[in-house]
Amino acid sequence: MSIEVKNISKRFGNFVALDNISLEIPTGELVALLGPSGCGKTTLLRIIAGMESADEGQVLFHGEEATHVHTRERQVGFVFQHYALFRHMSVFENVAFGLRVKPRAERPSEAEIRERVMKLLSLVQLDWLAERYPSQLSGGQRQRIALARALAVEPKVLLLDEPFGALDTQVRKELRRWLRHLHDEMHIASVFVTHDQEEALEVADRVVVMNKGHIEQIGTPDEVYSAPASPFVYRFLGNVNVFHSRQHGQWAEVDRATHVEKDEALAFVRPHDIDIQRESSAGALSASVLHVQAIGPLVRVEVEHQGEVFEVELTRERHTQLALAAGETVWLRPRNLRVFQGEEMVSSQTFDLGAGI
Amino acid sequence: MTKKSHRVLPGFGLSLGYALVYLSLLVLIPLGGLIAKSAELSWAQFWDIATTARAFASYRVTFGCALLAAIVNGVFGLIVAWVLVRYEFPGKKLIDAFVDLPFALPTAVAGITLTSLYANTGWVGQYLEGVFGFKVAFTPAGIVVALIFIGIPFVVRTVQPVIEDIEQEVEEAASTLGATRAQTFARVLFPALFPALLTGFTLAFARAVGEYGSVIFIAGNMPMVSEITPLLIISKLEQYDLPGATVLAVVMLVISFVLLLSINLLQWWAANRHSGRHIDGGAQA
Repeated sequence: MSIEVKNISKRFGNFVALDNISLEIPTGELVALLGPSGCGKTTLLRIIAGMESADEGQVLFHGEEATHVHTRERQVGFVFQHYALFRHMSVFENVAFGLRVKPRAERPSEAEIRERVMKLLSLVQLDWLAERYPSQLSGGQRQRIALARALAVEPKVLLLDEPFGALDTQVRKELRRWLRHLHDEMHIASVFVTHDQEEALEVADRVVVMNKGHIEQIGTPDEVYSAPASPFVYRFLGNVNVFHSRQHGQWAEVDRATHVEKDEALAFVRPHDIDIQRESSAGALSASVLHVQAIGPLVRVEVEHQGEVFEVELTRERHTQLALAAGETVWLRPRNLRVFQGEEMVSSQTFDLGAGI
Repeated sequence: MTKKSHRVLPGFGLSLGYALVYLSLLVLIPLGGLIAKSAELSWAQFWDIATTARAFASYRVTFGCALLAAIVNGVFGLIVAWVLVRYEFPGKKLIDAFVDLPFALPTAVAGITLTSLYANTGWVGQYLEGVFGFKVAFTPAGIVVALIFIGIPFVVRTVQPVIEDIEQEVEEAASTLGATRAQTFARVLFPALFPALLTGFTLAFARAVGEYGSVIFIAGNMPMVSEITPLLIISKLEQYDLPGATVLAVVMLVISFVLLLSINLLQWWAANRHSGRHIDGGAQA
């Protein structure tokens, strides 16, 4: 079932949590709401679930008005960051809960409940824990049980609020892959909230980047990473170097577009989109090498240009070719650069730096 | 593997010894003396004193009223605690403080105040008696009222922290799974509250069984009708009938002990049923 959010606004006192948000999520899509804490992503999710009511705007499920439908009747599956399992019930009873509270006419028989719960538990690969209690499970297991419980009522929409936020890195990675897999089997619209950019980029079909109650950009993981629509998205997703066109005038030359010479224009370049060269060339910035550090497959080089420190990431091969040492003077050339004036993007350039990279 | 286990917290022997000495001095020795004193009587004499009609009536009044009051407190104490935790309203702090008053107020003051309120000339009593024909003061109903008064803080104060501990998310989760408010209460909230509620109920009940000060003012103290066992003990003492007083005391002690023990067992069962005390691995994701 598709979800549509139209012009939703929500305030808490003077604080604007959501400012005129519109969003469409078709069936079968896994969407990540990504943003720093306090950006309104959880509020939006809770409004979709009906746990919070919007001051203005509409929520539509499958084209039908659902703004005032009670949570109970929305048929959403909701997974909480801290699991919210029923402590006094066994794993089996937790998963069975949604079936047991159905009105008598719709309630499946005991045998059917048993069968469905065990099927869900084997789907989350925890059928061997059916008789345990939540306090006896690890965080990752609890979250999988919470997911099985949410799926038991066959929701039309699955909503997850920072589902992996309380778990350690290893478990989180495993569960991410597993959520993706599960979503693909279910054919429902899923929305998950996260502040972890890596998680959003890895799992989601589409990423909605939010900041201060509004949407900064909606796009595929690749779009939001390689073509950020605003300085905020640039900064929030991955590392970025910011060059001020006034201070770093030669880069303004690189960009021969017109209005870049204006004062507040900022050029954004990802660390891996900068190449370091030994010889000067047109538009290159001179810089001195401060520090060279190999991190996994990449080599991170810190360079200084006019009193500011920038980060460059080179492949190991390129680094071997260059053999950089601290204190050397080198030349920087951008491969990919976007210039923003305020919130507005004024130009975007890709340069072919030829071979050797 | 060595057999001798080293505890993380030292001082087990010392603290246990202290606890035992302390308990003996304050509780076990006086109670032992009581039983020893009553043992001076023969079994037949003991039985005769313990089973007089008047004594029986007093047991019924004492334990019956205490039970009724504890049940009422269980229901309304839970509501008070719920309101104090879950809702914000002006004067909440003040009401929260009021709850503790029965702890501090001299019970005689409570008894006299309640009596004057519920007597047929009092503010409340005149309407109850005039309009509904229901007499409270100087009847067993008055005893129940007094016992409710002194027992309510026990329920509120034991249940309150547990309600604070229940995450709102658990209720929201139940709601997304299709549960109505009533189902959420019955299946999710109440089971979580039950052990604490039982503790509060037990404390209120135990306190009510032993209550003397407030009850004697409001009860009217009619033998066979509204006379509580503690009062009967006092009146025996006033007649220098020491063995008779100890017999009744021992009977109260035994009944109380049996009741409290069984409630404790029930409570232990309720608390452990679901927490899964056997930790046996399986803690990997």
